[in-house]
Amino acid sequence: MELVEAIILAVLAASTPLLIAATGELVAERSGVLNLGVEGMMIVGAACGFAGAWLTGSILVGALFGIIAGTLMSLVFALMALGLAVNQVATGLALTILGIGLSGLIGAGFVGERITPAVHLYIPVLTDIPLIGRVLFGEDGFIYFSVALIVGVWWFLYRTRAGLILRACGDNHVSAHALGYPVLRIRTFAVMFGGACAGLAGAYLPLAYTPFFIPGMTAGRGWIALALVVFSSWRPGRLVVGAYLFGAVTILQLHAQGWGVGIPSQFMSALPYLATVIVLVLLSRARTGGSTAPAALGTVFVSDR
Amino acid sequence: MRKSLLALAAGLLLAGNVSAASAADKLKVGFIYLGPIGDLGWTYQHDLARQALVKELGEKIETTYLENVPEGPDAERSIEQLVRAGNKLIFTTSFGYMDPTQKVAKKYPNVHFEHATGYKRNPNMSTYSAKWYQGRYIQGLIAAKMSKSGVLGYIGSFPIPEVVSGINATMLAAQTINPNIKVKIIWANTWFDPGKEADAAKALIDQGADVIMQHTDSPAAMQIASERGKLAFGQDSEMIKFGPKTQLTSILDTWGPYYIERVKAELAGTWKSEDTWGGLDSHMFAMAPYTNMPDDVKKMAEDAQAAITAGKLHPFKCPIVGQDGKPVECKGGDHLDDGQILGMNFYVKGIDDKLPGK
Repeated sequence: MELVEAIILAVLAASTPLLIAATGELVAERSGVLNLGVEGMMIVGAACGFAGAWLTGSILVGALFGIIAGTLMSLVFALMALGLAVNQVATGLALTILGIGLSGLIGAGFVGERITPAVHLYIPVLTDIPLIGRVLFGEDGFIYFSVALIVGVWWFLYRTRAGLILRACGDNHVSAHALGYPVLRIRTFAVMFGGACAGLAGAYLPLAYTPFFIPGMTAGRGWIALALVVFSSWRPGRLVVGAYLFGAVTILQLHAQGWGVGIPSQFMSALPYLATVIVLVLLSRARTGGSTAPAALGTVFVSDR
Repeated sequence: MRKSLLALAAGLLLAGNVSAASAADKLKVGFIYLGPIGDLGWTYQHDLARQALVKELGEKIETTYLENVPEGPDAERSIEQLVRAGNKLIFTTSFGYMDPTQKVAKKYPNVHFEHATGYKRNPNMSTYSAKWYQGRYIQGLIAAKMSKSGVLGYIGSFPIPEVVSGINATMLAAQTINPNIKVKIIWANTWFDPGKEADAAKALIDQGADVIMQHTDSPAAMQIASERGKLAFGQDSEMIKFGPKTQLTSILDTWGPYYIERVKAELAGTWKSEDTWGGLDSHMFAMAPYTNMPDDVKKMAEDAQAAITAGKLHPFKCPIVGQDGKPVECKGGDHLDDGQILGMNFYVKGIDDKLPGK
């Protein structure tokens, strides 16, 4: 029983940075912008988040630093890819390279320092319920926030007029423009939201997951978040499934190794990727079929005034 | 104001000339690093050694390093860049630089190369590595003494001989204390991913391990063990900061003495291609202070360290029984020979797990 609870707790912690970063990227891509710089924005968020928390002693300030850093990084992308209409793929890749270098520079002075990680919720009685108590009532704030975030994004995209307009920009920017919507401004906001989420997801790593900063500590999580967006066919509900599934298989394969299941560890390490791809592809085939990508994803839009 | 600025500029110009003039007489020594120097592990230790080198021979040499150089074809370009910049002795500090280093070495016979942990050599290319399994043996003794559950947790990177020999050395030592000791092994399939290393440590602890050992590079496992009130060993460098009440000891890569010795040879013109595989006796690595353990365990660890250093105790002394129950051929007299250890691809008896790929 305790082991099951421990596994669920580890799964939630491992999935949360992926979920937060992927949620932000989903919004950006729904507006028609492909920002491949998630990894770069995350790692800068991690460095700045740690710096903020170390300097002030507050996890909340750290998280804000991460959000601001991610947003600033995304503005660099917006300036190039939206303002100057540079190729989005190239700009995104450049942003990742920039982020990795920049985070090393920012974080250099903080390597080897420790902070007290984010506190976990504790409600007497409720948190002590066996099995589900700590899972539901004993997490850190980031995990509750990530759930609220994805629900909020779902509501925004499908239940508000602004969300409809954002999706319109992603599906056909010429029509959206003809209807009088400021395509570039909407996309800029979407990219900034993506940056803020990536920054927060990055900050989660040194603030709650492993409470120290080391260059390169995101270790490819930004790329996994990007892949999750594609395999969830740009739908928030499936994104949740994908992120938690990926986290679950990652943790379970580690446990399976500890139990000595006897399956080669190299295969086990590939399993989260395989399982997530297969499940999400099956899910999107069963429901809608065909491509569900925003039609204008990655295309350059230049306003004719 | 303007006058002082001019004076400053002249001063800078002069200083620039002076350093350029003296640089011409200095031996240029280059380093290629795998990670950032702030990784607190592998690369960090190499850079500490470089700093020790500068401190010792700073007046005669000038050092340059390139960090974050990926293994593979990119490395060749970086190594060549150091050659063109006039470096006469170049240390390439990761296994994956083996072929790139050799290619560049063949192209520039007048430049000397030192490659860490590899096995390919040239007349102008040496190799160097450390017998870390000796340290693992000491850790195995401590782990068996300190474990209450009788289950050790081991986080591996990749199932390569260096890591496998470490696991075997640990278990052979642990079995001398507690014949029924168990080890749970989780392969992270990466050298560096703090999140995944932390998850592996959590899984091991949740499954009952109470002493965590790692062959991956970040202090994440140490930090988790500290959070959960368990014990752990550091890796590559001093990690006690991440677990003041957790770290038992740590295998410290101490390349400094070797780097100084090789540069001195280069300065004296006596450098020649060699294969150095040093252990505790040659100070290629050291053990961090033995902490968070009772005095008798500490004494046992120190005695074992002294015996290994003096050559009286060999971690792989025969007879050694493999996982399949058959004794392992003893090629080195009363212990396994270097070749058997460098190519180790079997688990010893007492490890319940299966070696990946076997």
